[in-house]
Amino acid sequence: MADLKIRNLKKGFDGTAIIKGIDLDVRDREFVVFVGPSGCGKSTLLRLIAGLEEVTSGTIELDGKDITDMAPAKRDLAMVFQTYALYPHMTVGKNLSFALDLAGVAKSEVKEKVQNAARILELEPLLERKPKQLSGGQRQRVAIGRAIVRNPKIFLFDEPLSNLDAALRVQTRLELARLHQELQATMIYVTHDQVEAMTLADKVVVLNGGRVEQVGSPMELYHQPANLFVAGFLGTPKMGFLRGQAGKADGAACEVKLECGAQLSLPLAAGGLAAGSPVTLGVRPEHFNIVPAGQGQLRVIADVSERLGSDTYCHVRTASKEMLTIRVRGDFAPRAGETLELAFDPAHCHLFDADGQAIAKRLQQAA
Amino acid sequence: MLTLKQSRRLQSVLVGTSSWAIAALIFFPILWMILTSFKTEIDAFATPPQFFFMPTLENYLLINERSDYFSFAWNSLLISSVATLLCMLIAVPAAYSMAFFESRHTKRTLLWMLSTKMLPPVGVLMPIYLICQSLGLLDSRIALIVIYTLINLPIVVWMIYTYFKDIPVDILEAARLDGATTLQEIGRVLLPIARGGLASTMLLSLILCWNEAFWSLNLTSSAAAPLTALVASYSSPEGLFWAKLSAVSTLACAPILIFGWISQKQLVRGLSFGAVK
Ligand SMILES: Nc1ncnc2c1ncn2[C@@H]1O[C@H](COP(=O)(O)OP(=O)(O)OP(=O)(O)O)[C@@H](O)[C@H]1O
Ligand SMILES: [Mg+2]
Repeated sequence: MADLKIRNLKKGFDGTAIIKGIDLDVRDREFVVFVGPSGCGKSTLLRLIAGLEEVTSGTIELDGKDITDMAPAKRDLAMVFQTYALYPHMTVGKNLSFALDLAGVAKSEVKEKVQNAARILELEPLLERKPKQLSGGQRQRVAIGRAIVRNPKIFLFDEPLSNLDAALRVQTRLELARLHQELQATMIYVTHDQVEAMTLADKVVVLNGGRVEQVGSPMELYHQPANLFVAGFLGTPKMGFLRGQAGKADGAACEVKLECGAQLSLPLAAGGLAAGSPVTLGVRPEHFNIVPAGQGQLRVIADVSERLGSDTYCHVRTASKEMLTIRVRGDFAPRAGETLELAFDPAHCHLFDADGQAIAKRLQQAA
Repeated sequence: MLTLKQSRRLQSVLVGTSSWAIAALIFFPILWMILTSFKTEIDAFATPPQFFFMPTLENYLLINERSDYFSFAWNSLLISSVATLLCMLIAVPAAYSMAFFESRHTKRTLLWMLSTKMLPPVGVLMPIYLICQSLGLLDSRIALIVIYTLINLPIVVWMIYTYFKDIPVDILEAARLDGATTLQEIGRVLLPIARGGLASTMLLSLILCWNEAFWSLNLTSSAAAPLTALVASYSSPEGLFWAKLSAVSTLACAPILIFGWISQKQLVRGLSFGAVK
């Protein structure tokens, strides 16, 4: 069992608030990913959970027990560090068994657990080596092995893949997903890579400036971002934003007049939105289509295009100088300066009010 | 014009010869002392100085007759090693907390500690002498051990602090999460990782204690007198006897020189800061 409850958690360093009041639940066997821009406090939050930093205020509960002021050693959590933090003077085998040795576990049992972890992670031939004699990927696996051996209540990962090369990162990501299933473990994982967040998580926690912006499954976050920050943070290339003004709105539809000239009606329940108030319309790059002149809602000027082979990302500029990215087929590449006509389905649009909060969608989401 | 390869070779030859020359220059006085210790007093005074002479052991025999070398050596050994151990015992926890639990005052504390080394020892001779006298610690090993521990402490804390600073704190945090108590964290993770640096620090402390002369001359007479006091006793009373003085100096330096030679690998590794990882 591992049920983590965080309530109104705050942390400051030398009077500067870094974590500004976080409430969060992690359920048993969940894979929770913290994402957010650099410096938003992801690592700090993880270290607070681990007990490596002292809480300024608030509580952390594990399985109904208050662990806020408990020493890290007593919390029964294991952490995999970005730098791996292997013990350089011990062999791989000793690195794996260190925690069990400290706990006074019987020799035979230690051996069995180390063998088991080594088998899962394919470390068997390396047990006698020192960390210095391992490649980055192997060190990474030893660090994970060190956590597995302990069978902790929760695994904590702080950007464990960021020191690996691209190919190895993809492979290790898959292995982690497999491991999560195989061990039926509860994991909390910090990353700023949204591919990792989207692919690994049961639950994504988007952090910004020491606060939680949104919590939800990857698809919820992608399709129903709660605010401008989440909408802009998740998804590559980024969602395009167009400034505008709300028009007539009722429980079923909302008129929006965009600065770049277009006018459209969105199927949104925007009852609270006063006519004339500023809004932002968000459209993801894949939801734009290039159509013959006269048939779309938006006329733009093509800027640079990035051709990836399978897709082309065209960067375009609207009449009101807003930059958008649109995703089109790989065999299409407009010339810079060319005028394009864009169409998009209002059902796929996101609307945000003046405070950047999303206007709830009434209609069923396209998955 | 020289080709690149030729100029490289020339460079390495030049660097090689000049380093040998510098080494010879530095080592020459020691060599001369050792040579002189095997001369008769007459040869020792000869001008021009003699490189070739009939070696004799008479100086060494005489010293052995007149004073109990081993009692002095034993004092040196005992005082240096106990003071060094004591110093480490205090310095390791101090450096640990300064390196890994840094506060706003850490840097200032370190500087203040070092600044105490700027005070000339003779400035505190009177009070310390009087304290030792009233505690009945004149001519006792304990007095020297305590004083040596304290005078080396700033440097030892600084050195260990620097080595500890090079160790990524993640490793200690990993140990903490693995269930290590603070003592286990230090004893089973930190110290083994820093052992090269610790060894060279201990070595330095040993050498400093071994060579210390001011306090040993002023606070001891016979029972607790270390080798430095033995050397001093040969320097004045009967005028200068170069050969005997050289012999006794050689005897005083020999143990620490041999010890340094044996452990030079440790010393070099320790002194090349940052190579601990
Ligand atoms: N020990 C500390 N003392 C003072 N400030 C700190 C300390 N640790 C972190 N901070 C500050 O807290 C903020 C959050 O740091 P944190 O490491 O949690 O960010 P992060 O989200 O993990 O970023 P990244 O993605 O770059 O790792 C940063 O502004 C950092 O400067
Ligand atoms: Mg971080």
